[in-house]
Amino acid sequence: MANQSNYIKLALPKGRLLPATANLLADVGLGFKGYTERTRQYRLQSRNLPYLTAKIFREKDIPIQVAIGNYDLGICGLDWIEELLVRYKASAVAKISALNYGGGYVYAAVSYKSGISNLDEFLARQRNWRIVSEYPNLAEAFALSVRMRRFRIFPVWGDAEVYPPENAEIAILGARNRRELERKGLLPLMKLLPTKAMIIASQKNLNSKDLASVLNCFASKLDNKEFSLSFEELGRKEGSIESLPRPELKKVRLALPDGHQLPPTAQLLKRVGLNLSHYSVEALDYHPSVDLDWLDIKVIRPQDMPLQVANGNFDLAITGRDWLLDHVYRFPSSPVVELLDLGFGKVKVVAATSQEMPVSTIEEVKQLLQKGKLSTLRVASEYVNISDKYLCDHHVSPYKLILTWGTSEAFLPEDADLLIDNTQTGRTMAEHNLKIIDTLCESTACLIGNKESIVSPDRKEEIDFLIQMMRGGLA
Amino acid sequence: MESQRCKGMRDLLPDDMRRFRYIEDTFRNCCVKWGYREVRTPSLEYLHLFTATGTLTPSKLGKAYSFLDWDGWSGERVVLRPDGTIPIARLYIENLSQQQDARLFYVTGIFAFEQTGKENRERWQCGVEFLGGASPMADVELMLLARELLHNLGIGEVELRMSHAGLAKALVKELGLSPKDEAGMLGRILDGDWQAWRKVKSNNLELDRFLASVVNFKGKLSDFLKKVELPASQASAGLKSNLSDFTDIVRLLDDLECDYWIDIAAIHGFEYYTGVCLQLFHRGEKIGGGGRYDELLSLMGSKNMPACGFAIYVEPVIKMLSLKEDERSESGVLVKAGERTPGVMEACFSLAQSLRNTGHIVELDLAGGRAADYRWVVSVPGEGSFVIIDRKSGEKREVSSLTQVAGMLGGVD
Repeated sequence: MANQSNYIKLALPKGRLLPATANLLADVGLGFKGYTERTRQYRLQSRNLPYLTAKIFREKDIPIQVAIGNYDLGICGLDWIEELLVRYKASAVAKISALNYGGGYVYAAVSYKSGISNLDEFLARQRNWRIVSEYPNLAEAFALSVRMRRFRIFPVWGDAEVYPPENAEIAILGARNRRELERKGLLPLMKLLPTKAMIIASQKNLNSKDLASVLNCFASKLDNKEFSLSFEELGRKEGSIESLPRPELKKVRLALPDGHQLPPTAQLLKRVGLNLSHYSVEALDYHPSVDLDWLDIKVIRPQDMPLQVANGNFDLAITGRDWLLDHVYRFPSSPVVELLDLGFGKVKVVAATSQEMPVSTIEEVKQLLQKGKLSTLRVASEYVNISDKYLCDHHVSPYKLILTWGTSEAFLPEDADLLIDNTQTGRTMAEHNLKIIDTLCESTACLIGNKESIVSPDRKEEIDFLIQMMRGGLA
Repeated sequence: MESQRCKGMRDLLPDDMRRFRYIEDTFRNCCVKWGYREVRTPSLEYLHLFTATGTLTPSKLGKAYSFLDWDGWSGERVVLRPDGTIPIARLYIENLSQQQDARLFYVTGIFAFEQTGKENRERWQCGVEFLGGASPMADVELMLLARELLHNLGIGEVELRMSHAGLAKALVKELGLSPKDEAGMLGRILDGDWQAWRKVKSNNLELDRFLASVVNFKGKLSDFLKKVELPASQASAGLKSNLSDFTDIVRLLDDLECDYWIDIAAIHGFEYYTGVCLQLFHRGEKIGGGGRYDELLSLMGSKNMPACGFAIYVEPVIKMLSLKEDERSESGVLVKAGERTPGVMEACFSLAQSLRNTGHIVELDLAGGRAADYRWVVSVPGEGSFVIIDRKSGEKREVSSLTQVAGMLGGVD
């Protein structure tokens, strides 16, 4: 076997950039078997170069993985690179060059319903803005660059476009072009940067390893223009502002989940007789209408719900107890409470290691650290606060938490030692050669609420009605 | 061993702290004599306190340590104090605004994320704020106070560089840029980039010449008045009033024989400055700075109020101080127990206490090897027996009572 240090490791994106990246790699003779949208593999081997391997990540994980030197090279959008660099300027990532695909921009956009048509009007309108974004660091840089006097940033896992105008004044989000935003009812006020695909390299490995054999393959495919964060203000587009009526704020606001939790939630609501239009996997409206005139419903990510309920952006939400716990561990005085255990969506949050690791309990993991067999425990998890609490409660030291956005199991064993994740049956874990060493908690879907809004005299009656209704639908 | 200290943070060791305390004590004594009173603001403040005035540049705010507190679910961020003046202004507005003016001083750490981690991310400063102090007397008071402070610290060759933020802003205004370009230009100048200025020209040759003469001028008032001639016809009222404010202050400094150096382009830093700005240098190294900020309090929601302040930066000053002889080597005593019997240990504690009562620093020698730090070494080989060594004269004597020891060492003033 060749020396490990001669291997070149590539971090490749899932999602929007995958098809074009797969084509590019095939074109330049660096094709990987199994790099397709349907793949269930994470680790790939180059067809031609025995020393080249790759792993598939979510785009936003790639700059971090490359910066810490786990991967020599990576391909991802400029948006995620700048999201890292704008806050952590010293990150050891070298932007090699842009590629000819992945067009689009990160925009700052408001709802058409807000009646605002440009940035100056927006900034003159009020003095305490709510900004919603998957890019919290870019959002902060935006707020500072336009000199917002006071702002709050709500980081979300997705669906940022659903929030304005009721639940945020402005969203910082990626889109292919203006039209795509306009179709979602949003008006862009500023272009922050292009979301072009880029090749990046680990600064450290670039200096210590010979990456030229791989980088040279891309030579004909590079876009040598410079792209960076630019904050380009967008002018008013004549005639584009329709005078839409400002939405009237309804009394009670309920957040419903998308993703895995959607079908059982839809079933529950159907059972209790709450008729929603377009709340199904096949036909999903993120703002479904309902036959109760005082109720406003939006579909957002379950991960984002506790924070949104805490802020009073929603009165009620259906999410998993795992996300409620993760929120409460971070913000112990949060006004979010669990109102009803809905029973479905049962998962366990577990700690797991690779089968090869000679441990069967967290105590044994600690012993590996104490004996110096592990210098630092690298923990991959979506649940940053549950993980922090678990590791602190068990006096595990030192550890590093690698925040992931799904598919955390792919991080083990090369890029993390311990996984803290949810599992229904444990099958996926077993498939990935992982073993469960501890169960942190069990979680089911639950109805959560803001303890101040549920007693507020102007909404109490309606909220009680909804709680009773859902209670009636439980088996 | 790998350091476990956070990047960009530093430890202050006993010798650093001796210098630090010396600076603090000198600063306090000086300020108190001028009628200033000490205050202390918390390390944590809301981020919006610093964004609300719209005065700090994005690049400065981008270096603030901002994060969500344990109750930060509302999205309201807090910061580790990124600036000394704004918290003092908040403190005044919240607690002291019934007073017409307030002369305040503070010693505090300022946090800024310096990328490399090689520079300090926590920097200490000794600051003075004169809230309600109007130009030109208050400005000159601060400059004289700064001069006295540095003199008392024993730092010579101090250069006082004078600039004027109101004048710089008025000059940029003369270029006739759009509000956005003007704000951008000011931002760059405040970040220290006067090159941006040179690329823009007004449409008026005479005016351009005047602007260049001001920006490039370095020297004293008499030369300034000779070389910088305002084209009377074109100058705006803002330019005129700022120029006369500046010359009034500098003239007063001349009258008081306070040395200074005019360098308009030396201004950089905080956007909240509206009037005269001062920077203090020692052999090319910046050791302090400040200025007038008449609009800050009203931007923070208080009444209109003139104000000015300055701060001395502790880190560079610490390096410039030569340590005075340690008190321990002057009159300190090291007490050594011969045997660790109850009687001898008791005698050591009693001896140490009676010497401390007469003003000596006394350390009980438990680990050995510290004698070199002390003037006296008193060994207690057994009960009722004391051996005294004066390390200055080399003299050695044996006595049998505490009173004799005390008598031989004498008291300390």
